[in-house]
Amino acid sequence: MSEPARANPRYTPYHPRWHRRRMPIFWWLGRLSYTRFITRELTSLAVAYTALFLLAALCALAYGEADWEAFLARLRHPGWVAFHVGVFLFLLFHTVTWLGLAPKALVLKVGRRRLPDAAVVAGHYAAWAAASALVLAFFLWRTG
Amino acid sequence: MIRLPREPFFWALFSSGGMLAALVLPALAAILFFALPLGWLSADHGALLERFAHPLARLVVFGLVALCLFHWAHRFRYTLYDGLQLYHLSALIAVLCYGGATLATLGAAWFLVAFP
Amino acid sequence: MAQETVTFEVRRYRPEREEQPVWERFEVPVREEWMVLDALNHIKDHVDGSLSYRWSCRMGVCGSCGMTVNGDPVLTCATYVAALPRDRPVRVEPLAAFPVVRDLVVDIRDFLAKLKQVKPWLIRREEKSPAEGEYLQTPEELADYKQYSMCINCLLCYAACPIVPLEPEFVGPAAIALAQRYNLDSRDQGAAERMAALSTEHGVWACTFVGDCSVVCPKHVDPAGAIQRYKVSATADWFRSVLMPWRGR
Repeated sequence: MSEPARANPRYTPYHPRWHRRRMPIFWWLGRLSYTRFITRELTSLAVAYTALFLLAALCALAYGEADWEAFLARLRHPGWVAFHVGVFLFLLFHTVTWLGLAPKALVLKVGRRRLPDAAVVAGHYAAWAAASALVLAFFLWRTG
Repeated sequence: MIRLPREPFFWALFSSGGMLAALVLPALAAILFFALPLGWLSADHGALLERFAHPLARLVVFGLVALCLFHWAHRFRYTLYDGLQLYHLSALIAVLCYGGATLATLGAAWFLVAFP
Repeated sequence: MAQETVTFEVRRYRPEREEQPVWERFEVPVREEWMVLDALNHIKDHVDGSLSYRWSCRMGVCGSCGMTVNGDPVLTCATYVAALPRDRPVRVEPLAAFPVVRDLVVDIRDFLAKLKQVKPWLIRREEKSPAEGEYLQTPEELADYKQYSMCINCLLCYAACPIVPLEPEFVGPAAIALAQRYNLDSRDQGAAERMAALSTEHGVWACTFVGDCSVVCPKHVDPAGAIQRYKVSATADWFRSVLMPWRGR
């Protein structure tokens, strides 16, 4: 093998410079798994929005029937409905990813054997169904 | 000796907020965003007001709102920190996120105590 | 036996020749059962002897030959050339997230320092003397940590994790998984000592559970799971220390 040409004038013999690679600013667009990850993280905005929306709804309730009806009427606007469909999808994505990852953090043993991941996930989905039923019951329940 | 809240504390809030949000918010959102305005469920003002005015209901709403906001604060802080590589602003981001969540939680408490 | 030629694009970096890495193409007559490592060995043996890369066992147990092939961190001794898409050249680059020394060789001393930080050895308050016999362990106790003991330090998880290059002080998936291997070992009593390295902003709390580390691990160690479990146990310990400070570890 012939001696490679010392073409790099900045090279100091026997003191090579190591090449360090920087992460691009849009690193999360570079791989599908990273983009999915960032989308999952951005669901926190939908979570915060829904919490604040609940307070806004209670505010409208507190101001009287006219305000409440006006609040509901504004929500019927197709723009709001479309926006809320988006928020709702983000909330579903949060739920599905959160429940799916539960077995990673929660390692339970029954006696001496470890509970299989599928069982942990199934238990969480059952909890989701139960919680949803409770929420629905709260709005359906008739007093007297 | 007073132990200042550290990462485990905020992670605990993030984690419980995330679990609560995962279990409760989809159904709640479906009702608030669609079922009530579009008339799939009765949106009777008197009945809803009475139900939410109950002290237990207000307490639950407060807990839900607080945990959801702190879940957002912790997660969004890391999203900004890593996603946009804003390491030099890490202290500012932490203050804005946790501080914002604290202020909103306090505001919610003040509102719910006096509700309706 | 029909031999076909596969085009490889290898990322070369020779600091004495160039400031920046460059791509170099090689046409390699590949046999059906070849791994990417076999192609690299062919290049080194028959085409360009100056190609620099690490390899050793060629059977997926030493962890030396980790590189980025077509954008994914893999063990080149465990990646069939036949399994890669044929419509474009096979791109072989050094493992991501580490400084490149030369060609496909990266500097891993950073990882070795982080590994040492987490004290990956059995820590006991009092050692048993050999006369007292062995430390006994049931199969269930072994099963508790065995998965995390399978790590071969190949560093594919560090290459897959986006936090490692973003936060250079992050301890990283393999180091935390190895710390858990000892924390969960029934013979070990050093969990409190390891906490100093693990329960910090550069330890487990820097992890945002992207999960790619577990996807690429060739030994199914599941470092992401190890980290999440540690977060839960560290949080429980923190609350215990705040709410019940009188209780010793």
